[in-house]
Amino acid sequence: MAEPIRLKTPLKDEDVERLRIGDRVLISGILYTGRDAAHRRLFDLIKEGKELPFDVRGQIIYYVGPTPAPPGKVFGSAGPTTSYRMDAYSPALIERGLKGMIGKGMRSDAVKEAMRKYKAVYFAATGGAGALLAKRIKRAEIVAYEDLGPEAIQRLEVEDFPVIVINDINGNDLYIEGEKRYKKT
Amino acid sequence: MREIDVRLITEKVKELCIQANTELGEDVLRAFDRAIEKEESPLAIEILKELKENARIAKEERVPICQDTGVAVLFLEIGQEVHLVGGDLKEAIFEGVRKGYREGYLRKSMCHPFTRANTGDNTPAILHTEMVPGDKVKVIVAPKGGGSENMSRVVMLTPSDGIEGMKRYVVQRVKESGSNPCPPTIIGVGIGGNFEQAALLAKKSLLRPLGTRNPDPELDRLESELLEEINRLGIGPQGLGGRTTSLAVHILMMPCHIASLPLAVNIQCHAHRHKEIII
Repeated sequence: MAEPIRLKTPLKDEDVERLRIGDRVLISGILYTGRDAAHRRLFDLIKEGKELPFDVRGQIIYYVGPTPAPPGKVFGSAGPTTSYRMDAYSPALIERGLKGMIGKGMRSDAVKEAMRKYKAVYFAATGGAGALLAKRIKRAEIVAYEDLGPEAIQRLEVEDFPVIVINDINGNDLYIEGEKRYKKT
Repeated sequence: MREIDVRLITEKVKELCIQANTELGEDVLRAFDRAIEKEESPLAIEILKELKENARIAKEERVPICQDTGVAVLFLEIGQEVHLVGGDLKEAIFEGVRKGYREGYLRKSMCHPFTRANTGDNTPAILHTEMVPGDKVKVIVAPKGGGSENMSRVVMLTPSDGIEGMKRYVVQRVKESGSNPCPPTIIGVGIGGNFEQAALLAKKSLLRPLGTRNPDPELDRLESELLEEINRLGIGPQGLGGRTTSLAVHILMMPCHIASLPLAVNIQCHAHRHKEIII
């Protein structure tokens, strides 16, 4: 298998354009966490024409609801949660300049279309690899919605966070291609 | 009569909650190894190796294998010669879950079905209790995550659907679930009983160690046939394509009503967590 591609945030259009489905990527820099409740709030702010608690342009959101960090550790167990629940909210964020999303599971056609139109990429992290993924998180701080507990928006500093490209800007989907290739009738 | 103080059970439940969430069973790791040998997709092999490495880190650092530390599901077998003292058994077990999820830094994932307000301590736990002969208490803690549970189903088939109908339903369920239950999965199948018993059979079937055969030759054959058919789907680890969509199919079956064919499919993700103790 090919060597993984190293990417640093913030992401530019050129970073996104060169990615192909199945590319293994190691991300360094910043990830913002957010799942169901946080997305609802961000979406409402966009609809109301208000400022978001952080600038999404060039950034990546990681769909995760971690376990509490034990003393001496930066973060708890941190595998991805299933992405389709954020499908209703993602196109608006992508239009605002969000360049990447990390989760697991297939996205809707509307999300894939927004990614193609505004040049954004969807990555999957390995579901259930919570302990391994947590080790790549070097710093974490809450930036918004502390009242949401594990669903608060946190700003993570990560080093070589391993992900795989699921959707590229050419409209390909690794979930569809993978199943097709290994299916035996 | 043998006296057992329920506060001992509280302590053991606490320990089992933490252990189950941080130490993946040897049988699961061996199942990953067998899958790696048979896999055809290089990416799938990478993922399986990652899961093994994740299990190693979790055990070494005492951190949860997966951030979804699940609903606390417990099976209790209480010997008829046992006299439980020191308080209410159910409360003692809930206290053990509370302590385990707090002291183990596990995620609290129980909430009101509609307001979604978190209960704050991962209770209530789900308890399945049986009286058995003898003077021991056996406690099994089997935390169950939401992703795989959401892909599980109970259905009342028509008796004329038969074995082929059962197989079609199980395979179709796995196909429709795709990547959602975090493959590679273990498929628990419960056949017969009644509406709720079929579901319980499906959940219980998951407790049999991976790599062991069903003692009933007919069910053993059905398990192998189903596994082969499922692994032809091509879904693979994490749904990214491959020959290991499921690691095993386990079936438990019992007689049912003459007008019914109850069937339950309880999908278990690769974070196949259960620990037990005999007191």
